[in-house]
Amino acid sequence: MRPIDVIEGKVSVLDRADVDTDQIIPKQFLKRVERTGFGEFLFYDWIRSGEIELEPNPILVVGRNFGCGSSREHAPWALEDFGFEAIVAPSFADIFYVNCTKVGLLPVILDAEHCRAVAEAGEARIDIDDETVTCAAGVFEFEVEPGVKHRLLNGLDEIGITLESVAAIDAFEQSGGADRGPVTTAL
Amino acid sequence: MPRTMFDKLWEAHEVSGGLLYIDLHLVHEVTSPQAFDGLRLAGRGVRRPDKTIATADHNVPTDGTKATRLIADRLSRIQVETLERNCEEFGIPVYSLGSDRQGIVHVIGPELGVTQPGMTIVCGDSHTSTHGAFGALAFGIGTSEVEHVLATQCLVQKRPKTMRISYAGELGAGVTPKDLILATIGRLGTGGMVGHAVEYAGSAVESLSMPGRMTVCNMTIEAGGRAGMIAPDETTFEWVRGRAAAPADFDAAVERWRRLPTEPGAGFDTEVEVDAASLSPMVTWGTTPGMVVEVTDSVPDPAAIESPADRESAERALAYMALEPGTPIVDLTLDCVFIGSCANSRVEDLREAAAVLDGRRVAGSVRGMVVPGSQKVKATAEAEGLDEVFRAAGFEWREAGCSMCLGMNPDILAEGERCASTSNRNFEGRQGKGGRTHLVSPRMAAAAAIEGHFVDIRDWS
Repeated sequence: MRPIDVIEGKVSVLDRADVDTDQIIPKQFLKRVERTGFGEFLFYDWIRSGEIELEPNPILVVGRNFGCGSSREHAPWALEDFGFEAIVAPSFADIFYVNCTKVGLLPVILDAEHCRAVAEAGEARIDIDDETVTCAAGVFEFEVEPGVKHRLLNGLDEIGITLESVAAIDAFEQSGGADRGPVTTAL
Repeated sequence: MPRTMFDKLWEAHEVSGGLLYIDLHLVHEVTSPQAFDGLRLAGRGVRRPDKTIATADHNVPTDGTKATRLIADRLSRIQVETLERNCEEFGIPVYSLGSDRQGIVHVIGPELGVTQPGMTIVCGDSHTSTHGAFGALAFGIGTSEVEHVLATQCLVQKRPKTMRISYAGELGAGVTPKDLILATIGRLGTGGMVGHAVEYAGSAVESLSMPGRMTVCNMTIEAGGRAGMIAPDETTFEWVRGRAAAPADFDAAVERWRRLPTEPGAGFDTEVEVDAASLSPMVTWGTTPGMVVEVTDSVPDPAAIESPADRESAERALAYMALEPGTPIVDLTLDCVFIGSCANSRVEDLREAAAVLDGRRVAGSVRGMVVPGSQKVKATAEAEGLDEVFRAAGFEWREAGCSMCLGMNPDILAEGERCASTSNRNFEGRQGKGGRTHLVSPRMAAAAAIEGHFVDIRDWS
C-alpha cells in the first residue's frame, strides 16, 4: 500500500443512500481470482443503463450507509481502480469502512450538511494528518483512528505490524485460551 | 461490574489492545484467492490451519454437477479449483464439490459442530453473524482481513458498541424467526445497528430452535450490525452434543459455556424492546431488507415518507420493483419461489415448507426451487421423504449451494421476474439482473408458490 497524506482535486457525487456493494460491483465480476482490474465494472448496471454518470475524480461524495451488504473487498478495489482516492459520506457500513482502510482508499465521515457542501464546492483538499476537509465552503474536521492513520500515512502492511507482536500471540496460545476450540484438521 | 456476553467474549480473546484472537476461520472460494496470493507474495504461511476450514458454496452449480472439473462456467471452475489448490498447499481441510460435507459455509459450521459457544469466528462473508446464534462472537471480514487471519490467527479490531434487543411474549402461530428479524430490520432501518454488536434476548428468542436463532443472527448484517448473538442454553448444548467436532469432555465445556450469558445489571449502549406477540408475517416490497411490511399491508406510498433521502430511495425501489403504491401485498403475483440460502436452508426450514406443500401443487405460472443448505441437509431431508413432497408439488429439488441467493452460479432470475425468496437480500439485481425479490419465511414462500401470489399464512389452508 502506498503512503497517502493529502488527497486533493475534483469531486464526483452519487447522491443516494444505502448503496450496497452488489451495486458497487455486481456478483458476476467476483469470479476473478486477481486483485486488480475491477474499475471498469464499477456500478456496472447503473452506468451501463445510463442511470448514473461518474467521473474518475480523486474524491467521491455519497449518501448515508454507503457500502452496506456483502463483505466483498472487490467493492473498494473497484472504486480505487476506477480512480477514487477518498470517499466522503455521512456514514458507512462497518465492513466496507474497514475494507477501505486496508486498501488505502480513505473513508471520510462528515455530517450530511458538510457532505453537501463538499459536493457543491466541486473541489476539495483532504489532509489525513490534520483530519480536515477543506473546500470553498470551509474547513470540516473528521476523525480517523490513530492506528489506521499511522498505517495510511506510512503505507504500512498491517500483517507486518501484527507479526511484530508474535510473542504475544504465542503467549496467548500457550495460556490455554486458544486450545479449547475445535481442531478442524482432526475431523 | 456485571458484564455482557459480548464483553466476556471480547475480553477472553484480546491478545493485546485491539488485537483479537480468532478461534475459527471459515473460508470459501470467492473472497480467499487474493488472500492466499498475498501470503505467497510475502512468503508467509498459514499460522493455524487446524483452526481453519473451507468449502465451496457461492459458485457451485446446484444441478448435480459431481466434481469441480465438470463445472461448466470457466471462471467459476477456476475459482473453485483455486480454493482446492490453496487449501492443499497450506494444509487446510476443504469440503469442495463432491464431498458429503460440502455446503453453504454458514450451514456446515454448525452442522459439523465446529461452531461452539464462547468462540470468535470470522469468514470473508457478511452473513458470518449466523454463528452468533451459539453465543459466539462471529462477524464478516474482507479479503485483506482474511489474509491477516491466515497469517496471524488474529485481527485488529475496533471494539464495537453494544445493543440488546429484547423480545417479550411469544411469536403467534404462523409467525417465524424470519418475520421477527425482518420486522426488527424494518423498525431499525438498514443502518440501525451499524457499529454495534447486538444481543437478541427475551422469551420469544429463548423459545427458538437453533435453526431459528441462526436465521435471526444471520440477518443482523442487514441492519448493519457488526455481530448478532444469542445466549447459549440447553437448546444450544443439545445441538452441539454428539456432532463431529463436539468437545471430547462435553460436560466440562458446558460448564464453561454456562458462564457466558450476560449478567443481570450489565449495561448496553442501546436497548430496544419489541413485543413479539404483536408481530405478523412480513414481506419486503423494495430493494433493501428494511423496506418491509406486514403481509396484510399494501405497498407504501413514497409521498408519505418525510425524509427526502428515504422518499427518493422508496421511489427508486418501486420503479425497480414495478410496484404501484397502495397495491395489497397479497395481490402480488409471482414467477418464481426460491427456498434456500444461509438464512433458511436447514432441515427445519425444509420441513416447514414441505408441511405447507404436502399434497398440493404449485400454481401453473410459478417455478419453484428448493436448494438445501448442505449435502448433509439434503441427505437428511431425503431420508425423511421431503424431496418427494417437494417434487410432487412441482418444485425442483437441487444440490447444496448459495444458488439463487446471489446468482453467482447458473441459478438466476430473468429480467423482470418476480420471486418470493427465503434468502436475506433483495438488492437490485441480486438474484439476476432486473430480477425482483421479495423476502419471506419458508412457510410464506411455500404458500405463495401454491397460490401464485402472496397469502397470509395465518388464515390460509
